[in-house]
Amino acid sequence: MAWEFLTVYWREMIRFVRFRTQLFASLLQPALWMAFFGVAMSSNLDRFASAIPAPAGVFSVDYLTFMAAGVIAMTTLFTSLFGGISLLFDKNWGLMREMLASPMPRTHIMLGVSLSGMTKSFVQVAIIMALGLLMGVRFFPGFSAARIALSILGIFAFVGVFSLGFLLFSSTISMRLESPEGLQGVITLLTLPLFFVSNALYPIQAFPPILQVLSIYNPLTHLVSGVRYFAIGSDFFAVGARYTSTTVDVLVSFAYLVVFASVMYFLARRTFQRAVVT
Amino acid sequence: MEGDDIIEVQDLKHMFDGFAAVRGISFTVKRGEIFSFLGPNGAGKSTTINILTTLLPLQKGAVRVAGYDVAREPGRVRESIGIVFQDDVLDRDLTVWETMEFHGRLYSIPRDERRRRIDDLLRVVELGPKRDERTKNLSGGMKRRLQIARGLMTRPEVLFLDEPTQGLDPQTRMRMWEYIRQVNEAGTTIFLTTHYMEEADMLSDRISIIDHGRIIVSGTPEELKNALGEDVVYLETEDNRRARKSLGGIGEIRSVTESPRGLSVTISADGSHCLPRIVDAVRGAGIGISSVNLKKPTMDDVFVHYTGRELRDTGA
Ligand SMILES: Nc1ncnc2c1ncn2[C@@H]1O[C@H](COP(=O)(O)OP(=O)(O)OP(=O)(O)O)[C@@H](O)[C@H]1O
Ligand SMILES: [Mg+2]
Repeated sequence: MAWEFLTVYWREMIRFVRFRTQLFASLLQPALWMAFFGVAMSSNLDRFASAIPAPAGVFSVDYLTFMAAGVIAMTTLFTSLFGGISLLFDKNWGLMREMLASPMPRTHIMLGVSLSGMTKSFVQVAIIMALGLLMGVRFFPGFSAARIALSILGIFAFVGVFSLGFLLFSSTISMRLESPEGLQGVITLLTLPLFFVSNALYPIQAFPPILQVLSIYNPLTHLVSGVRYFAIGSDFFAVGARYTSTTVDVLVSFAYLVVFASVMYFLARRTFQRAVVT
Repeated sequence: MEGDDIIEVQDLKHMFDGFAAVRGISFTVKRGEIFSFLGPNGAGKSTTINILTTLLPLQKGAVRVAGYDVAREPGRVRESIGIVFQDDVLDRDLTVWETMEFHGRLYSIPRDERRRRIDDLLRVVELGPKRDERTKNLSGGMKRRLQIARGLMTRPEVLFLDEPTQGLDPQTRMRMWEYIRQVNEAGTTIFLTTHYMEEADMLSDRISIIDHGRIIVSGTPEELKNALGEDVVYLETEDNRRARKSLGGIGEIRSVTESPRGLSVTISADGSHCLPRIVDAVRGAGIGISSVNLKKPTMDDVFVHYTGRELRDTGA
């Protein structure tokens, strides 16, 4: 096993903490989402939702808690889609030649960059959860300490695989594009449909059938389902809909994300092996 | 069959979207020598280096570096070489030390060895006091020195230097030449490109002049200059007219012209071998000599001779 990707990882993390504005922006962004969007939306939606009472015996969840999982997912999506941009700069500024002319296997470039992107997402998710709990998000309701620990592991596993998938995708795009503006365009084009055709902010149950089908193929939906399963539970009621999931459902969601990430890995590997950068 | 050639290039061609940047060049570089590509902007020097260092795919021709075929065993080639790129490619936000550390780790040099080499090399290029400075705060000369130190860190068999002293002040350039010589004396073969005549002349064991993607002529700096056969000896004597007659017996002399104060003797062979006989002949005739000057053709003359034009030394 060769460990050179840790070298790339090391450099990416130096850059991350050194670019102060990037660091603060990435930490502030999820906090702002929680603070403004969360509070504003939940005061509205909780009012409407109270019109539909939870069925007897089903645990009811307020909107802020429901949405917190969506904010985790969305932040991870944004950060990961942007994660490949450092490759684009490396390429444009000639820095990538140093790596391409070295004996390090080329796949390690994308692995190092992806792992560092995953680390950034982990930091962001930890901040969202901590801040959320302070703001009154009721994650882990009545869980034992052991179950909370397990749930956090589960959430990070989902976030990790999901972010790797999109980071590898972002790396592939970055290697094929010439300019940061191009990447920006692709990201803008992708985020809106991915975000809105998912269960991040509202229940899928109310979607037209076509969108419901599409949302099932959306990796974001599976990430959100996984996070909610671990953070809230397997049976709860929120925003006028009942959510139940079995262990099998969660495993299927996880498997779906693993397949997604694997496909992205092979695409990225092909791109890197053929890349010509001078 | 002990191969002494560490670089072998045969009929190398490279096209960029229909434009032939390299048009069939062949050359070899011997282990341990300093070999230069001398040519103007756009001659194809960097393109050739990019192919030899596996950054560009091999399109046509055969290239072996350090015994490995660049197309079939690029990984092996990469392990054997170091490169200093033409333009400054340093991560602006890493420190000098981190830049070196990153490079050493890319080549999996073990930690202790790596740290030792970093310290040594930073001392050699006089960047020790700057080790914690971000590279964006270095001067142009310091940046080049850092890149050369970085290229040396892996103790490559062949070091490629693409215009290593471009844009440096004369003093720093001289210092750079010293480093390059030291590295070479320590056993590293050096392939260097330049469009500075003196650089090729001062440093190289052998030179190929390249223009428009073709090698025009190759040889040692001496051979190239001597091939012009235009060495000129300038003499000031007590009696120029008699001195002129005394030179009659030396066959290599092509022509002698008398100028107001002395004689210009044009020689068809290597002037430095002829000069003692000229002096002997004049002295033998009992004529005192007050001044002797041998002017050899410069690389500029060589370039003009072979390409029919001045080297466009734009320094771009
Ligand atoms: N990626 C590319 N795409 C198209 N043309 C290119 C590319 N790279 C180089 N060329 C062309 O190939 C020719 C040779 O370029 P090269 O960079 O090898 O020159 P050079 O000898 O290194 O010149 P300089 O002294 O200016 O560095 C030039 O005409 C250049 O425009
Ligand atoms: Mg060049």
